Amino acid sequence: MSEVAAHFSYWVTIFLMVAGMYILIARGNLMKKLIGLATLQTSVYLLYIAPGKLIGGTAPIYAEGFATYSNPLPHVLILTAIVVGVATLALGLAIVVRIREAYGSIEEDEILAKDRAEAGLED
Amino acid sequence: MLEQLPALQVVLPLIAAPLIVLVGRAGFGWAAASLVSWACLAVAIGLATRVAGGGVISYAIGSWPPPWGIEYRVDALSAFVLVLVSLVAAIVAPYARRSVAAEIEPDRRYLFYAMYCLCLAGLLGMVITGDAFNLFVFLEISSLATYVLIALGPQRKALVASYQYLLLGTVGATFYVIGVGLLYLKTGTLNLADMAERLRAVEELRPVLAALAFITVGIGLKLALFPLHAWLPNAYAYSPSMVSAFVAATGTKVSVYVLLRYYFTVFDPAPLFETLPTRELFIALSVAAMIVASLVAVFEKDVKRLFAYSSVAQVGYITLGLGVDNLSSLTGSIVHLLNHGVTKGAIFLLLGAVALRSGSVRLTLGGIAGLGRRMPLTSFALVIAGLSLIGIPGTAGFVTKWYLIVGALDLGLWWLVGAIALSSLIAVAYVWRVVEAAYLREPSGAVPAGEAPAGLLVPAFLMTALCVYFGLETSFSVAGAREAAELLLSGGRR
Repeated sequence: MSEVAAHFSYWVTIFLMVAGMYILIARGNLMKKLIGLATLQTSVYLLYIAPGKLIGGTAPIYAEGFATYSNPLPHVLILTAIVVGVATLALGLAIVVRIREAYGSIEEDEILAKDRAEAGLED
Repeated sequence: MLEQLPALQVVLPLIAAPLIVLVGRAGFGWAAASLVSWACLAVAIGLATRVAGGGVISYAIGSWPPPWGIEYRVDALSAFVLVLVSLVAAIVAPYARRSVAAEIEPDRRYLFYAMYCLCLAGLLGMVITGDAFNLFVFLEISSLATYVLIALGPQRKALVASYQYLLLGTVGATFYVIGVGLLYLKTGTLNLADMAERLRAVEELRPVLAALAFITVGIGLKLALFPLHAWLPNAYAYSPSMVSAFVAATGTKVSVYVLLRYYFTVFDPAPLFETLPTRELFIALSVAAMIVASLVAVFEKDVKRLFAYSSVAQVGYITLGLGVDNLSSLTGSIVHLLNHGVTKGAIFLLLGAVALRSGSVRLTLGGIAGLGRRMPLTSFALVIAGLSLIGIPGTAGFVTKWYLIVGALDLGLWWLVGAIALSSLIAVAYVWRVVEAAYLREPSGAVPAGEAPAGLLVPAFLMTALCVYFGLETSFSVAGAREAAELLLSGGRR
């Protein structure tokens, strides 16, 4: 039990990862797919940041009376990853808006049906 | 000045992008994009000549020494891929002016060039960086720019294609970063060379195996490794002509480079691969791609989709060398990065010229009927590029197949030679369908007589000429690829 509890941050990470992938694959709504994608990306933030924190550790500033420091590098990396994630999400949302303007729907099956109908007319 | 070449390689296109947005004019955007592409080619050739003969350039960004700071590292393999990417960019950028003017709305044209510069910066950065996380950032820079470029395609299907690519591409990049995270937890470093050193000392292999799996699947998605290629056909088919040519010639190739880097430099130690059937896996997936994707291409009516499926098959040739894993086959793989880049680039540039003349957003086999009479020069060039795709002696495609077959025979894999021959025969079938439509059918009304303007034809013919040039004169292509393959194999495995 303690083994499981000690690694709880990993369990949360894995849950978010799998939940994100599931939403991404199982949902047909373009918005919900993006929510799944964001959840998947969030799991990575946790994967990096959780091991960087040492219990009792402080910020890595050299000072009297402190011996254990947390690793700051994962935070910096994830700050970058968050920016990338935000940019991806913003672009994804922008494309969904354009898709809604062009197709009048954000349901994947309706969009594919319209594409198929269009292809049928041309042939 | 010469010491700063590695930084210039990435910084030039990266600075050009905001500059283009600030000026906000399409003409300036085109001129800046072209100049930057040519400058990048000059820098890449400069770097390649400096590392020729086994040299390595290590450049510390901001003078922070590696492994703490970000290192740019140029060796035989990265120099080869840098030349490929910037060569394609230098030919495609001048082509963009007429093609973009015909396909993109006027108020968006300058943004198109800004996105192109960002995409170029990302691709070059992925190749030149020696830092695992920096690679992820460049991967996302190039990917985000590519999604935008694809979404600018003239049909509304381009939006859906871009959205699908965005989902799968982001999953791929996220998987890559999960893999890097696991490696970082295990080694405490992000510098690829340093990571390789430290991984040798790691005794518990399970997290490393998980990292290997995540990175393989993640990068496999980006390079369209069969069966992770679902995004590719629509993304190539519905994007603007110039984007099809640029992305098809460079995007997947750079991802292959990343995979080679990880397999041969980072995951060096033999124990990791002894327990895993990676070679068999790569051979099986590559052969499946070569045959299945080629067969799909034979039955495709849309010409751009036909050649997009052919790209999936051609990526199969590249990963095949990775699976066979000896000097000849790896040389074949690496030289095919260049040969296929040039061939597919030429085909999409020529199709862009046809699209401009026909004025139609969609090129079907029926639509290009009689093209041989309407646009004789373009059709002839298309046939030459098609022959290179099949691998006829005297064209670039043949050089690749030669080395792949020699590599397979060295290991006594006779059936693999049969598979390569079978895949080439299927390639004959789909290229023939295009040739048959162009030369043997009566002209339809779709394409008016007359060639496209010189601004399109000159770059397209130059690229086609390269297909023949790299088939006859292999001193740069094969020698460079062989040097890169030797470098990879000396990495420690075996």
